[in-house]
Amino acid sequence: MSVLRQCLIVLTRVMAVCAAVSLSFAHAGEWFGFVSLEHQGFFHPPLDPPQQRSYFSLVAQPEYYHRFEGTKDSFTFVPFGRVDQYDPERSHADIRELTWLKVGEGYEWRLGVRKVFWGVTESQHLVDIINQTDLVENIDTEDKLGQPMVNFALLRDWGTLNVFVLPGFRERTFPGVEGRLRTSPRVDVDQANYESARGRRHVDYALRWSKSISGWDIGLSQFYGTSRDPRLLPGVDGNGLPVLIPRYDLIYQTGLDVQFTEGSWLWKLEAIRRRGQGPTYAAATGGFEYTFTGVFGTAMDLGLIAEYLYDDRGAGAPTPFQDDVMTGLRLALNDVQSSEVLIGVVNDRRHAAKFFNLEARRRLGAHYKLSLEVRAFAGAPVTDPTYFWRRDDYLQLELARYF
Amino acid sequence: MKYWIWIALTLLGAPVAQAETAQEKGLAIAVEADRRDKGFGDFTAHMEMILRNRQGEESTRRLRISTLEVKGDGDKGLSIFDEPADVRGTALLTFTHKVGEDDQWLYLPALKRVKRIASSNKSGPFMGSEFAYEDVASQEIEKYNYKFLRDETYEGKPCFVIERYPVDKHSGYTRQQVWIDQAEYRPWKIDFFDRKDSLLKTLVWRGYHQYLGKYWRADEMFMQNHQSGKSTLLKWHDYKFRIGLKDADFNEASLKRAR
Repeated sequence: MSVLRQCLIVLTRVMAVCAAVSLSFAHAGEWFGFVSLEHQGFFHPPLDPPQQRSYFSLVAQPEYYHRFEGTKDSFTFVPFGRVDQYDPERSHADIRELTWLKVGEGYEWRLGVRKVFWGVTESQHLVDIINQTDLVENIDTEDKLGQPMVNFALLRDWGTLNVFVLPGFRERTFPGVEGRLRTSPRVDVDQANYESARGRRHVDYALRWSKSISGWDIGLSQFYGTSRDPRLLPGVDGNGLPVLIPRYDLIYQTGLDVQFTEGSWLWKLEAIRRRGQGPTYAAATGGFEYTFTGVFGTAMDLGLIAEYLYDDRGAGAPTPFQDDVMTGLRLALNDVQSSEVLIGVVNDRRHAAKFFNLEARRRLGAHYKLSLEVRAFAGAPVTDPTYFWRRDDYLQLELARYF
Repeated sequence: MKYWIWIALTLLGAPVAQAETAQEKGLAIAVEADRRDKGFGDFTAHMEMILRNRQGEESTRRLRISTLEVKGDGDKGLSIFDEPADVRGTALLTFTHKVGEDDQWLYLPALKRVKRIASSNKSGPFMGSEFAYEDVASQEIEKYNYKFLRDETYEGKPCFVIERYPVDKHSGYTRQQVWIDQAEYRPWKIDFFDRKDSLLKTLVWRGYHQYLGKYWRADEMFMQNHQSGKSTLLKWHDYKFRIGLKDADFNEASLKRAR
């Protein structure tokens, strides 16, 4: 319960900052955001006694936006907090965004905490590297912790050049012993260690060039700094129990992301080369999405998605996706409620591992949204990271109120 | 093609008009309507969409629109969604082209992700409304073939009735009948015929106002779907012309910071 109290303290502080910020801009800013109630139900009994079958949690993510009069400059503040019924690691708060934006003639400055997304593919996001994954939120790695940064963007005819200086490393979040969808033994984040002697104070750098040329959208990026995904090394905790200890290496990563759009086709490719985390390796994701519009004589769109996931480290790679094929269907009902369903399966081509994913959402009235997520894992051998989740098939329902 | 028409209209003028075919006359009317709306430069406006189903239940969307006129090509547009609340901050950047497909990028604020999207969905509903993407997109002359049908009075105004046939095979329509008034070349009504050539929808414009002493914009556009019984009322507010928008206000960077 002390963790819960800490969370509440953090939330209270965050709210106090919100209040102070909003008072200082009292006349011109706007508040909005959402609160939601989430339930995760697991189909199978847990492997570890502290784990549960059913988890409720509450989320709040208010957002404050202020545009400075007569300019394109703005200030944005987005705190976030979750309180989980059982897992103190999943009960956490974060500043997702606290940014001052200055827009000039052909350039932009951004100072503060932010989230940046790079990439085009659907099954995984190889190139996306600026932000740390908030893994306790969702195993899809799409939830991110706010990253402190100085970002300069140069907007020219030859493309957009973004320069990032990233002080203040954020460690990945991992579920606690009470949480599901975790490794076994658990990850002991308190023992995290770094290749850099400066540890989490190491300043990271990134550069990205991007440009749209007719049907092509191209991005080239270079990152130098502390790897966002740690290696997990075996160790013991204070009680002599086995744990996994995150090890954050210094890496160089070069990334390429390309999308070609023509008619109903989207062709996508992401590729990276990473040096500094074991032997240098390369990985890629590529595929297509084809959309049939107005299917079955209705207003619905049906998209077919296929992507190939490759990692040249092969079976030894600390990723489940070394030689896998993802196939999926996206159904957009184009109705008043913006109902959408995405179904996908990732098949490992070397063994029988399968990862099944269903995401659906629908708006209710003007202010509510209901989201459903079902994930299931099958056939993973002991060497596959999803082997840890072999009993963690789950269904998640979330009802969010937007204001 | 277009220049040829211009030469025909300007050099030969009225005497040829009598000899022109229904296709030529239909095109000439579309060209004149386009010419009269040229030179606005840029504008911003607020749009409110009221969607109504057969049972009369309503839901509302609000968005802000910016448009930049592009010389020699279709307009550039940026739409920012304010309501419903769950899509707040979502933004759509569109580069319309006179010939070929339009380019569209969608910004999803929750993921901070810009997605280039296929523009082949033009027959699909815009935000669940009775307006298809192609109905709200910039209307370029080259997107249709034309035929003049007849002169007819619509709500007391002498009008041309022309028929136009979408060039794009992804269009949801075989043809559209358009009522354009002879005094100011403003559209007042369109009947849309679906791929089976049945009457699908009717769009009417209400409450035209003139801006900058030249450009006509309607306060309301009402679309009735005859087959589903649903309708959408589009209300326009706060039209502002020539506020000095530039190309730089219509790119990926401006899409990402659109709020």
